[in-house]
Amino acid sequence: MSELLMMHNIRKYFPGVKALRSVSLAIRAGEVHALIGENGAGKSTLMKILSGVYGMDEGEIFWDGQKVEISSTADATELGISIIYQELNQLPNMSVAENIFLGREKRTRNIFLNSRETFSEARKFLDNVGLDVDVRALCKDLSIAQRQMVEIAKALSVNARLIVMDEPTSSLTDREITVLFGLIRRLREQGVAVVFISHKLEEIFQISDRITVLRDGEYIGTVETVDCSEDLLIQMMVGRSLTGFYPKREVPIGDVVLQVEHLNAGRSVRDVSFDVRAGEILGFAGLVGAGRSETMRALFGVDPMESGRIAVNGKTLSHHSPSDAIQCGIGLVPEDRKLQGLILKMTVRENTTLANMEATREKGFVSRRKEEQITREYVRKLDIRTAGTEQKAVNLSGGNQQKVVIAKWLATGSRVLILDSPTRGIDVGAKKEIHELMGELASQGAAIIMVSSELPEILGMCDRIIVMHEGSIRGDLKRSEATQEKIMEIILTSKKQAIPQGE
Amino acid sequence: MSKSNNFLAGVSGRFRKLRQANTFNIFMILLGMCLIMSFAAGSKFLSVSNITSVVRQFSFYAIMSIGMVMVILTGGIDLSVGSIFAFSGVITCMAIMRWGVPVLPSVLLGVLAGAAFGLLNGLCITKLQLPPFIATLGTMSIARGLSYGITGGYPIGSLPDSFKFIGLGNILDIPTPIIWMILLALLFSVFLRFTVRGRWVYAIGGNEEAARISGVKVNQTKSLVYIFSGMMAAVAGIATAARLGVGQSTAGVGYEMDAIAGVIIGGASVSGGYGNIIGPIMGAAIMGVLRNGLVLLDVSAYWQQAVIGVVIIIAVSFDKLQHDRKSPISVSK
Repeated sequence: MSELLMMHNIRKYFPGVKALRSVSLAIRAGEVHALIGENGAGKSTLMKILSGVYGMDEGEIFWDGQKVEISSTADATELGISIIYQELNQLPNMSVAENIFLGREKRTRNIFLNSRETFSEARKFLDNVGLDVDVRALCKDLSIAQRQMVEIAKALSVNARLIVMDEPTSSLTDREITVLFGLIRRLREQGVAVVFISHKLEEIFQISDRITVLRDGEYIGTVETVDCSEDLLIQMMVGRSLTGFYPKREVPIGDVVLQVEHLNAGRSVRDVSFDVRAGEILGFAGLVGAGRSETMRALFGVDPMESGRIAVNGKTLSHHSPSDAIQCGIGLVPEDRKLQGLILKMTVRENTTLANMEATREKGFVSRRKEEQITREYVRKLDIRTAGTEQKAVNLSGGNQQKVVIAKWLATGSRVLILDSPTRGIDVGAKKEIHELMGELASQGAAIIMVSSELPEILGMCDRIIVMHEGSIRGDLKRSEATQEKIMEIILTSKKQAIPQGE
Repeated sequence: MSKSNNFLAGVSGRFRKLRQANTFNIFMILLGMCLIMSFAAGSKFLSVSNITSVVRQFSFYAIMSIGMVMVILTGGIDLSVGSIFAFSGVITCMAIMRWGVPVLPSVLLGVLAGAAFGLLNGLCITKLQLPPFIATLGTMSIARGLSYGITGGYPIGSLPDSFKFIGLGNILDIPTPIIWMILLALLFSVFLRFTVRGRWVYAIGGNEEAARISGVKVNQTKSLVYIFSGMMAAVAGIATAARLGVGQSTAGVGYEMDAIAGVIIGGASVSGGYGNIIGPIMGAAIMGVLRNGLVLLDVSAYWQQAVIGVVIIIAVSFDKLQHDRKSPISVSK
């Protein structure tokens, strides 16, 4: 078979991190090609380069044997490349037909919308994918599976020869998955190539012809699906030695500080119970969307919880709000530093003192002198590299921004510190400093929870590791017994079980 | 030697900071406009009595802008101030003339009425989760309708001199509205700069989610700024009723736009998180000087509106250009 697409030695740098270092991918016409790798392996970045969302820094792309430049999404569409994102890009208040022809509206006399042709053409493509809904129906009234089908119909309407599906099964039921796979097989017969991104090995074995594995922005290999086993894939995905040194300290572990019992919050947090002890670093491993961040947000009072009990040092939190959690000595370094952690327009000083303004008061008024004193103390302790306490947070590097968020919680005297993806998008040096800081805090008796999608980081830093999947806890491993393979196995092999849905 | 260097560095640092603050730009615009007016209209503009009357005129707008800027700092907007302006003036006059309430309690009643509407705005926005634009559009209509309803549309006149003093009197030769403006500006500058709640106002406008996670009481603080805004509208409305000697349900129509324009010309960020009290006061001053100048130059009132609109656009785009050039570092995605 001939190669439809060749991506050769693609490199892409982002400030401070190398997202892709020399990745290659070859796709044949009429094959289903699975692209797998852990979070952050570079799958999305590679697909965004293919679809023209990102430019690449080095590398070549060949389409049908011809070298091509893809500098915009229009270029990609022109070639016949369509991407179906997890969060479907549809306008919910427009009809199915209008969504299919969005931006390419059928016209009469070049000015007026031709709805008759729009509807009849749309019908043709919907029939092609086997979707039996009214073309006039609004997209918002369709199920996710149906909307996905509409996207595929749209791809066919632009004569796509390569369709990338980014985790298409993540929110489908088993029956819908069967229908989707039927459609993918039909596309294959029509000579359309499908790139299938998924975390679910079981599905990959079911549907794919070949599998390419990425890890840490590097190309690991491409294998024929029939030739390989689950074990081999897991090993390819995680099989690196622990890169770098994790400054884990041995700290005596004390009494239970934080207790979480039967926490329920929406679909993504189901009956979660755990506790953390003084001096302990507890890791939360799992895939993106496993419910780890949601658990942290619910327990901190940012999102509402349906039921459950949260207690610090045996005292139950009563109001369920962030200020209540802070009063009880919990601090949350949220997942998204820029959107949730910091007020970028504000200065280092203002960000550092925000959660504990009480400490800055003198005779009832905020004292600038005290604020500066507190800020300078933490700038020194955490070695925050800033031009001064009056520097705006937006002007700091990622690592230093994260340190400011941590400083904010240290300034409140938090005894339980929740760090959600604390080192994401941070360069190696700052990462290590944050790890050292975690060790330092634990040795001072703080209880620390770290959510991370990087398994080496979890394994390197944590005393105990909780594995979450689909909103519930699936495993609780001690440091001594945890390995990457074990964790990935818990995640990848835990099938959809009939979990008793609370009360 | 090093001492004098430090001193120089300190001074030049201060000056740079001053220039970077866009309050400085606004001040330069105001100064420029005064210069133009004094050339164009000469002594008519520069006379003490004219300047005093300009300041007195814009002080009513400025007082409303003080309330408005705090709302805008949180990322909100308050469209109800023009109607609250009328309602508070009317309620105060009704209390004095119809219900026989002494002057001081009547004034307090008027201010409380403004606060009550502010609280209503706050509750609609925080509890019902309505967008500020819609919530205050609703109260704008409610307050206006109530003003018409309780007065039957008739103005309430023959007010006692002790009440008129609030808008018409002088203290140490300074007209009372100017004194109210200065006192309120000082009070709320202290609030924004030196209190925890004041800091929270900026934090909410800067990033509401991050503020909430940092334990900022977002709902309470938001309600508070709408209450302040209602109270400032009430003060302006009562002072205006006192100055004209009549409480009218038609007063203050469209004043919300003047208050908003003052804040925007004054350099506050419409998306919240950036601004101060002195900016909107200068914004109101710019509009006041412009109105006065146009009158002195015999430009008809019909045309004034258009000129003011042009100035708003020029002032804000000028400021934006300055700002873009100075901070090349933008929030990356």
